[in-house]
Order: sequence, then C-alpha cells, then structure tokens
Amino acid sequence: MATETAHQIVAQVEHADPTEHTMAGQEAAHGGAHETGFPPFNPDSFSSQLIWLAISFGILYLLMSRVALPKIATVLEERHDRIADDLDQAEQFRSQTQEAIEAYEKALGEARDEAHKIAQATRDELQAETDRQRQEVEGELAARIADAESRIKSTKDTAMGNVRDIAADVAGTVVSQVLGENADTAALERAVDAEIK
Amino acid sequence: MAAESGSGFPVDPLHQFVVNKIFPLEIGGIDASFTNSSLWMIVVLGFVTAFTVIGMSRRSMVPGRLQSSVEIFYEFIANMVRDNAGHDAQRFFPFVFTLFMFVFTANVIGLFPYAFTVTSHIIVTFALAIMVFLGVTVTGLILHGPKFFGLFVPSGVPVYMLILVTPIEIISYISRPISHSVRLFANMLAGHITLKVFAGFVISFLGAGAVGWAGAVLPFGMIVALTALELLVAALQAYVFAVLTCMYLGDALHPGH
Repeated sequence: MATETAHQIVAQVEHADPTEHTMAGQEAAHGGAHETGFPPFNPDSFSSQLIWLAISFGILYLLMSRVALPKIATVLEERHDRIADDLDQAEQFRSQTQEAIEAYEKALGEARDEAHKIAQATRDELQAETDRQRQEVEGELAARIADAESRIKSTKDTAMGNVRDIAADVAGTVVSQVLGENADTAALERAVDAEIK
Repeated sequence: MAAESGSGFPVDPLHQFVVNKIFPLEIGGIDASFTNSSLWMIVVLGFVTAFTVIGMSRRSMVPGRLQSSVEIFYEFIANMVRDNAGHDAQRFFPFVFTLFMFVFTANVIGLFPYAFTVTSHIIVTFALAIMVFLGVTVTGLILHGPKFFGLFVPSGVPVYMLILVTPIEIISYISRPISHSVRLFANMLAGHITLKVFAGFVISFLGAGAVGWAGAVLPFGMIVALTALELLVAALQAYVFAVLTCMYLGDALHPGH
C-alpha cells in the first residue's frame, strides 16, 4: 500500500516538477530585481492582493449581511417560535388532560356514590318487601293458627260438652240403677260439672 | 529560489507562496493583476456563499445535514460574539461571521494540494487585522468619545503606577493588529512549509533505492499526521482570529473594564 502511494506521489511530483520550474522561471522573470526571496514579504504583490481582498471580502460581507445571515436568522427564529408554541401547546394539552383526569375522577366518585345509594335503596326496598311479605305470611299463619286453635277449642268444648252429657247420663243411669229412682237431673249436672273442673 | 531545487533538496518549500499573475492588470499605475491569490480569494468567496445560500435554500423547520452545519456555524459565531463582546455587539455579528468564514475557509482550502493559501500572506492577514483595529477604534470613539481612552487607564491602579501602566496599555493596544495578523500568518506559513519539507524528505528517500522506499514511509506518515494537525490549526487560528476580534469589539463597547 505504502509503496504504491509513494509511487503515485513520485509520479505526481515528477509530473508537477516541470510546471513548477516554468512557473518559478516566470516569476523570476516577472519579479526580476525585485525578487526578495520570500514570497509573503514581496511587496510587488501587495497592491493586487489588497485590491482583491477588498473586493472578495467586501462582496462576501454584503452577501452574508444582506442575504445569507437574515435567512438563517429567520429560519432559526421561526424554529424557536415553533418550538415555544409546541411547548405551550403541550403544556395546554397537559393541563387539559389533568382537568379531564380530575373530571373523570370526580364523575367516577359521583357514580360510585350513586351506585352505592342505588344499591342501598334497592337493599332497603327489598328488605322492606321481604319484611312486608314475611309479616303478611306470619299474619296469615297466625290467623290460621288462631283459626285452627279456635276450631280445636270448639271441638274440644263440644267434646267436653258431650263428655258432660254422657257423664251426666251415665251418672243418672248409675243412680237410677243403684237407687232405683230417677236422680235429680240438675243435681247430677252440678255434680258432674264439679268433677270435670 | 527555484535554483535551489538543483542543489539537492527536491522541493522548494516557499514556492507554494509565490503569487503568479493570471491576468496582468494595472489601474492608475497600481498593480491590480488577477493573481492565483485573487483566484483563491474568489474561490473562498464562492465557497462560503454557496455553503450558506445552498445550505439554507430549503429553509426547513427540521434541518438536513447541510442546513444543520450552516446553522452550527451561525450559532457558534453568534455565541462567540455574545460571550466575548456582549449582547449589544449583535450588529457586528455579520462582520465577525464574514471574517471567521473567510479566514476559516481560506485556511482549510489552503490545505488542499495545489491550492494557494490566501492567509499565508502577511499583507492579507494584516489588512484584515488593521480593518478590525481601525473599526474597533472608530466604534469606540463614536460610542464613548474621549471616555474611550479610559481603556488605557485601568481602574484601581495607584496614580504613580499609571505613569508606567498607561504607556504599556497604549503600546499593547497599538501592537494589537501586528500580533493579531502575525499569529494567523505565521501559523499558516509554518504549517505549509513543514508539510512541504516532509514531502521533500519523501522524495529524497525515494531517490535512494529500495532502502529509501522503506525510509520514505516515515516522513510520509509525518505528512499524514501533520495534515491532521494543520486542519486543527486552520480551524483554531480562524477561531482565535475571530475571538480576538470579538474581544477587541468588547473593549470598544465597554471600555470601562
């Protein structure tokens, strides 16, 4: 690699050499007696360099200050504004989001309360309905029980009445059989009653 | 000088600085010939113009590579002006930008083989420096009048010391354009001479047969390394030139400090 590159350089330099000689020769011819030996200190070239420097630097200054720099400044300013705008907008969106989140939280809380209330109301209603039905059923049952009890009682009373009659009959019969005369019915009934009690 | 190339060293390191007339021209007895130096000044002008104008032609909100680099230069120099000359120096920004771009591009283009380095001539750098010097002095005088000379009288120095300090300040102020221009000129000149000298070594070695071919690798490597260094120097010296301009401007705008 290195030798190849070196080859090329040699070729270049050899190629360039004759030109250098002629150019240097030209310069020697031009410069003549004024040749100082050190080109940057050769005053012969000063005037033309100053003139062309003034021309090129002047044009460059005009182009930069009138054309190029205002354009760059505009673009940078636009971008700066745009970024500031975007940041503002982002901030706005953020606060909007914050508000939306708060509204959502609030709505959620309200909904939760509402749901709670509805549930409570439903629970109470159901409780009331259940109570009412239970009371109804209980009342019905109580009525039935009372009915049944009164029927039992009347049956019992009837039965007991029958027992008394039978007992009085039996006692009458026994008395008539034993004493041979009919017993006083009223007395018998009193005696039976007394025994039943 | 060309005669020396016959005396052993194959390359004349100063030949690259010779100014050749391309179109001889004389205006009012003054030589205004279009030379290789003029040509490369025009190349620099064209390059900077093309770079900034083409780079910004799309004016994209989201910049491409070229537009980004133009903007980087713009903001770099805008910050430089603001940091070194103050916020009120923005009206000098186009001048500093032009100065930096001109010097920077001239320095970098000068590194290309066969190119002429405009800034390797003391007359060019001195003209730029004296332009800055005169501009700064006139600006300072217009803005502050006689107070501008307060620049030479540092505050807080005892009166008996002022007799010593003030002349020093004046001399240092007047020598500004010299140090300003010689710094750039000398850096460019020295770098280019060094490159040429090492290139000469390569050719000398190559003349010495097979061993020389191996030996030539060393100076050739040096050329590669020096080219990188010179690229740095080219950018750095343009930066230094622009920063010094900004600091001088800062002095003119705020002579109290």
